[in-house]
Amino acid sequence: MKRFFPVIVLLLALLWVGMSWRRPQPIAADFDLPALGKIPVLVSGRVKPLDTVARNSLLILHGKEAVHLTNGRTVSATHWLTDVLFNAPLADHYPVFVIQNGDVLSLFGWEQNDRKYFSYLELKPFLRQIEEQGALSAKLQSVERSAYQNAILNLRNGLALYQRLENSIQPAGAKDWRREIRQRLDQVSADQAAGTIQRNQQLAEGAYILAVSPAAGNGAEWRSTGSVILQSSAELHPVVERYARIADAYRAGNRHEFNEQVTALSSWMTQHQPIAARRALFEFLFNQIDPFTHSMVLYVLAFLFACASWLIWTRPLNRTAFYLLLLALAIHTFGLISRIYLQERPPVTNLYSSAIFIGWGAVIVALILERIFRDGIGAVCAGAIGFVTLIIAHHLAGNGDTLEMLQAVLDTNIWLATHVVAITTGYSAMFLAGMLAIIYILRGVFTRSLTQPVAISLTRMTYGIVCFATFFSFVGTVLGGIWADQSWGRFWGWDPKENGAILIVLWCAMILHARWGRFIGQRGLMMMAVFGNVITSFSWFGVNMLGVGLHSYGFMEKAFPWLCGFIFSQLVLIALAAMPLECWRSFRQARAAIHRPELQPQISFTSPGLVLETK
Amino acid sequence: MLKKPLAFLGSLQLTLACLSAAILLIFAGTIAQVHLGIHEAQQRYFQSLFVWWPSQGTGIRLPVFPGGHLIGAVLLGNLIAAHAQRLRWTWRKLGIHLTHAGLIVMLAGGLFTDLFAVESYMRLGQGDRKSYSEDRRLIELAVTDITDAGSDQVTVIPERLLQRKTAIRHPTLPFEVVVRDFHENSRLHLLSGGHGVASRGPGNQVAIESLPRGSEVDERDVPSAVIEIVPLDRNTASLGTWLVSDALAARQTFSYAGHTWELALRPLRYYKPFAVTLQKFSHDLYPGTEIPKNFSSRVTLSDPERATQRDVLIYMNHPLRYRGETFYQAGFEKGDAATILQVVHNPSFLAPYLACAMVALGLLVQFGYHLISFSRRRSMALA
Repeated sequence: MKRFFPVIVLLLALLWVGMSWRRPQPIAADFDLPALGKIPVLVSGRVKPLDTVARNSLLILHGKEAVHLTNGRTVSATHWLTDVLFNAPLADHYPVFVIQNGDVLSLFGWEQNDRKYFSYLELKPFLRQIEEQGALSAKLQSVERSAYQNAILNLRNGLALYQRLENSIQPAGAKDWRREIRQRLDQVSADQAAGTIQRNQQLAEGAYILAVSPAAGNGAEWRSTGSVILQSSAELHPVVERYARIADAYRAGNRHEFNEQVTALSSWMTQHQPIAARRALFEFLFNQIDPFTHSMVLYVLAFLFACASWLIWTRPLNRTAFYLLLLALAIHTFGLISRIYLQERPPVTNLYSSAIFIGWGAVIVALILERIFRDGIGAVCAGAIGFVTLIIAHHLAGNGDTLEMLQAVLDTNIWLATHVVAITTGYSAMFLAGMLAIIYILRGVFTRSLTQPVAISLTRMTYGIVCFATFFSFVGTVLGGIWADQSWGRFWGWDPKENGAILIVLWCAMILHARWGRFIGQRGLMMMAVFGNVITSFSWFGVNMLGVGLHSYGFMEKAFPWLCGFIFSQLVLIALAAMPLECWRSFRQARAAIHRPELQPQISFTSPGLVLETK
Repeated sequence: MLKKPLAFLGSLQLTLACLSAAILLIFAGTIAQVHLGIHEAQQRYFQSLFVWWPSQGTGIRLPVFPGGHLIGAVLLGNLIAAHAQRLRWTWRKLGIHLTHAGLIVMLAGGLFTDLFAVESYMRLGQGDRKSYSEDRRLIELAVTDITDAGSDQVTVIPERLLQRKTAIRHPTLPFEVVVRDFHENSRLHLLSGGHGVASRGPGNQVAIESLPRGSEVDERDVPSAVIEIVPLDRNTASLGTWLVSDALAARQTFSYAGHTWELALRPLRYYKPFAVTLQKFSHDLYPGTEIPKNFSSRVTLSDPERATQRDVLIYMNHPLRYRGETFYQAGFEKGDAATILQVVHNPSFLAPYLACAMVALGLLVQFGYHLISFSRRRSMALA
């Protein structure tokens, strides 16, 4: 059992991962919603499948990727979007809007109880009030807004998004849109046509989704159905025609017709926009597979196995953890590369992708450490950092599309690939060094497992990783300066994000010089490495919360307590490390055994070169 | 006698003290930006010898913390002294030497930039031609003799002198310019009755409200001053007082001794030996969004001195470098009516590039050396 345990666990994990890679088989007798989800459209400047639009919109409005109805039924994101697009009166019943703020509820005369999801229909009588209150809040800077003002503004923006979605393909609630279009085209009667023009005008201006792709070889841009209808004379654009038929079939409950029309639309897209269609299909599969959630779970498992390996079954559990980590890393890498392919950009373009990348980098370095030392320490670090960074990424994804388009100044792949990657690699290394130091402190204080060889190898790892962090942070920071010099002529502008980066470099320099000057021993190094976590988290998140400067993309009021909590926990660890050696379980014993307390366990090093040379 | 202080100057303790002071200063300076704005915080914390408390005022002020310039200078001295005294040259320390040499280049370059770099901007409407750029914060009072239709003679009085509120004489002017009042930032109020701050021009119906300097990056201060023109010839009475302000658009002129003069308070100008003409500003959005995709300005560069007359496209991350000046696409005005180019003159702009290469190489050598000796020992231990 012991011998085969690692392989068995790996096979189980592979099986679990493999299940999600199966293509969902459409049930012949039902609407083929997955097929509709693969259709490419243009939203926020990027061509993406309707499936992504559905997930992201629902994430923004609802905070989740599916709607749970009160009768226990679950509506998937694509199903929800299909209703919103083609059968708005039904979609208006779904409780998707999140309202938790008591003041907002009382604005509508509602009491705060355990309900937090509300439907568009319920909010409809208050649209005017919400608009007024939201407009008032919008006048303030985001840092100046109160919780109520934030909540009402969110609600207003959510409702605006919802209304635009409803009017993306056909006017919300249109009963027989195809006939309306025909009337417009055939100019049946001037009166009726005028009404239709007005509706289509709204459709042309308000549409959130640009659904009509240009025909092959035609250099035109994507347009909304409304603007296409306004510009067509007699012939109706085939894409609009298909969407109209799809809508009619969907409302009529005609599954056969629906599926046929979706297939026709899909083949039109493949024929005229082959690249967009292929990309959309890939993105649809990427959404289905959900690589980051899978690797997150595997990281946790690996972490637990690696921790357990310090207690029992050392070799097999260690190996199990290592296998799981390799699998998790492979999936993580697949996700990262998929994003690069979809976005045609280097891996880090926003805060979300920085979290993904930081975890990825740290896991790789930690696995190399594990390969060299084979003592479970690298595996514990890899599992913990991989899990935590992916959790952070998961919570950063709530703002919508994580593959968003870049502001003009960021539109340069060279600098994104060098400066941003170097900086985030530096973050990875700092967190890894901090994690190693945390293991040193926790094992030393609470267990007897921090023997001298373990302490020495932990020290070497931490020192080595700090060197690594120094290099990447420095190079990344200066490359950022050079980018700034290239794009607005100022090498250094004391922008908060720049300051955060230089703080990391300075802190690394302090650790290294303190070490070289023998001002700190093992414990000092560990305490400084843990404080490195504080500085890095400030630089990664904290400066964005200040709301000044050129790098402040998105203020995360919600993340603030988490950041404070993290910093507090790190300070507690440092205080723990600062306790006299008598309180450390590992050292108490060593001391009693040797009777020469002044030599133990602080091992001093004579020169920088020697740190790694001590046996 | 000198040995001890010199040893201290090159010591590792001083390095650590400087690094920790720098960390504290940068942290405090970053937090301070929330209330002070980037520019003000930068002046107080980073581009100063000391951080003063209270930060302004005429009473007793205490230096509470070393400022950026002081820390930078001490760190530079510390580095140089350490190499002179402690660190002996050996191949094993090649990495450290290279890293430190790179840092010296970077710190010296930073100091040089702070002292000599000039940042200004050029606002160009469609078809505008300019041979000067303007300062973002400093202003000047221009007294222009516009009698001759063919050429103007401009005499400018810098902000420094205006702030002193004294009488100013210059050989080109047959009168004294007396600064009666000066506000760095202000708001003007139109009075219905008269009794304004000045006796001539629109100023006789306007009151000045003094404001503190703005802290936001894109906020522009509105400086105002009240100027009295007093002829040098003692027999002639004062010509009166004028209100000059950024907020007044109308031209204000007066005549004296057969010449016509114009008064204007305007952003400080830096004249160039060449001219730039805006042909077209373009501003693209991603389809279906409000996210800017690209800004670009097509300009014509004309420099008769160097027989240059050519079109250049300035866009994001692609500036125009010409005769020691660099033009960057910095912004635009509403409705794409005008482009704003950032103009930078920085003689030491190459220093960071050199320093980065040196330090990166140095760190690579040093840490690579550690890694090789580590893996060598490890494979020996395992064998």
